[in-house]
Amino acid sequence: MGKTVLTGKHFWYGNIAIAEGAIAAGCRFFAGYPITPASEIAEHISRRFPQIGGIFVQFEDELASMAAILGASWTGVKSMTSTSGPGFSLMQENIGLGAMMEVPTVIVNAQRGGPSTGLPTLTGQGDVMQAKWGSHGQYEIIALSPDSPQEAFDLTIRCFNFAEKYRVPVILLASETIAHSAGKVVVPPEDEIELVYRKKPKVPPEEYLPYKPDEDLVPPMACAGEGYTITTTGLTHNEKGYPDTTTEAQEKLVRRLNDKIRKHRKDIVDVKEENMEDAEIAVVSYGQVSRPAKRAVKMAREEGIKAGSIKLITVWPFAEHIIHKWAKQVEYFIVPELNYGQIYLEVKREAEGNAQIILIPRMGGTLFTPREIYQEIKKVNKK
Amino acid sequence: MDKWLRSERMPHMWCPGCGIGPTLYAWARALDRVGINKDKVVYVSGIGCSGRGSGYLNVDGFHTTHGRAIPFAIGIKLAKPELCVNVISGDGDLFSIGGNHFIHACRRNNDLLVICINNFIYGMTGGQLAPTTPRGQYATTAPYGNIEHPFNTPHVADASGAIYVARWTSIHVRRLEKSIAEALGMKGFRYIEVLSPCPVNYGRRNKLPEPDDIAEWFKQSSVVRNGAHTSEVQIEKDKPLILGNFVKRVEKPTYYEGLKKLEERVRGER
Repeated sequence: MGKTVLTGKHFWYGNIAIAEGAIAAGCRFFAGYPITPASEIAEHISRRFPQIGGIFVQFEDELASMAAILGASWTGVKSMTSTSGPGFSLMQENIGLGAMMEVPTVIVNAQRGGPSTGLPTLTGQGDVMQAKWGSHGQYEIIALSPDSPQEAFDLTIRCFNFAEKYRVPVILLASETIAHSAGKVVVPPEDEIELVYRKKPKVPPEEYLPYKPDEDLVPPMACAGEGYTITTTGLTHNEKGYPDTTTEAQEKLVRRLNDKIRKHRKDIVDVKEENMEDAEIAVVSYGQVSRPAKRAVKMAREEGIKAGSIKLITVWPFAEHIIHKWAKQVEYFIVPELNYGQIYLEVKREAEGNAQIILIPRMGGTLFTPREIYQEIKKVNKK
Repeated sequence: MDKWLRSERMPHMWCPGCGIGPTLYAWARALDRVGINKDKVVYVSGIGCSGRGSGYLNVDGFHTTHGRAIPFAIGIKLAKPELCVNVISGDGDLFSIGGNHFIHACRRNNDLLVICINNFIYGMTGGQLAPTTPRGQYATTAPYGNIEHPFNTPHVADASGAIYVARWTSIHVRRLEKSIAEALGMKGFRYIEVLSPCPVNYGRRNKLPEPDDIAEWFKQSSVVRNGAHTSEVQIEKDKPLILGNFVKRVEKPTYYEGLKKLEERVRGER
């Protein structure tokens, strides 16, 4: 039997770090389809899973992959898929099914230039809004965005933990940059990695209601083949899992699916704030833009500019309380993004007019250099 | 047989004369006769009238998205191989939007029993054209008559590698049950097409409006030819409906068995 957790220091590409993070998190079912720049995740897992008894399948398309990981999760196995923009679009319908059926699972999107076929081998952040709003209907998911191979490893584990805790599809909003760049990754000993598993029913089958939530709004999850005779559907349903296509059932269910995440914002949202204590200009960044942004803030500070950085580790749900707080202190938020303004819109709204928001857009392709962001900070500082 | 039904959900939503009920009953009876442990039975359905079935049978049931029942079911089966996984869905769900998944599951020999309840139409949505509607018949999206050729679904399954292929109708309940029982005793991709009446949305537009008109058509026009070559069982208006157990291949390794053998080799346990 091969080793599951590769404890030690490694020099890994982001895609490898993501694959190993999934394995360390206990993922033992992967379904995927080739797509640049995510293919290496599938390739690595196809090599590792037979060593450790996991099930790897390359399916006929992303639609099948997304359906299969939901099915696998329904048997109690942690499951994952990985893709990029075009595949992510194909997966949306079943992401919605996962949200509706409340299925723990992880979807990795290694973002590339879009829209459509776009720039397969170059980076972007164009799918941020899609991650939240991609499927039809009103639902909430969780999305985390790594800034390095190390974070890709760590956040993949966190994605699985959130998926299990909240019974929701969780998206790792990675990027071509992270996928295809290498860096130091330290993998801790197996017993130091905290893992979460879904709540199981505390009552016997005759008393169990598949969609009756606990206090935390998350229902315990019985799985297929456990004698609970579960029933579930993508239709609006009641606590028994039976279709209940009434206004009352819809209101109750959809509200809970959203509140389930919204009410736990403080647990889910994670940001890294640096140099913010006296900051007048805050650079808000996420994913692959975070490290250039951090360096840019350092360069500005060296010149006496009161700049600070807010790195969004959690992209969705949005860190509104963080922006509310700092908007009262800073004069400017600068948002560099590899799109034409997506998180910018969230920052602008949540600042509620207490600060000015400057967007530095780039449609994707190449990453900002620290100097490019630093120059924008300087420009703003002169105002 | 009561234990197989979620009686608190009765009455079901299907129309008088619909063949879904008899088909599901034949399936449940086959499971019962063969002695499959009810707790290990999984029913994955898609979208359509037949899709509602997973909410009426008292087994683990999954009512999934349109066309995606098969890959969803494969995920369940591969992750927990001891389960008896069944996909029961409609002709549109399995052969239109779901067509790609159907042929690949055949090709990989995923271990599933797939039953297609073929009513020649999209019933739930009001009677639109299906990939199985016979040429010349009428539908709401073919108001002047269907110009397309329908799938010969047993042939599609056969050509894609299915190890068991049969066709019955929802009125041939005894032979259908026997065929299902036979399929349940095998491993690999097994396919049974069940021709079924849809009086409201197919029959009414095609001169067969009463609940038993289509059943009468099945009775009069069907001919049983076990072992017939699937290329010769195309359904055509005014031609005999050929029923039977067409294909029963020597079992070959399922996808899962292949994976486990690979694992042994990789881990050097052989």
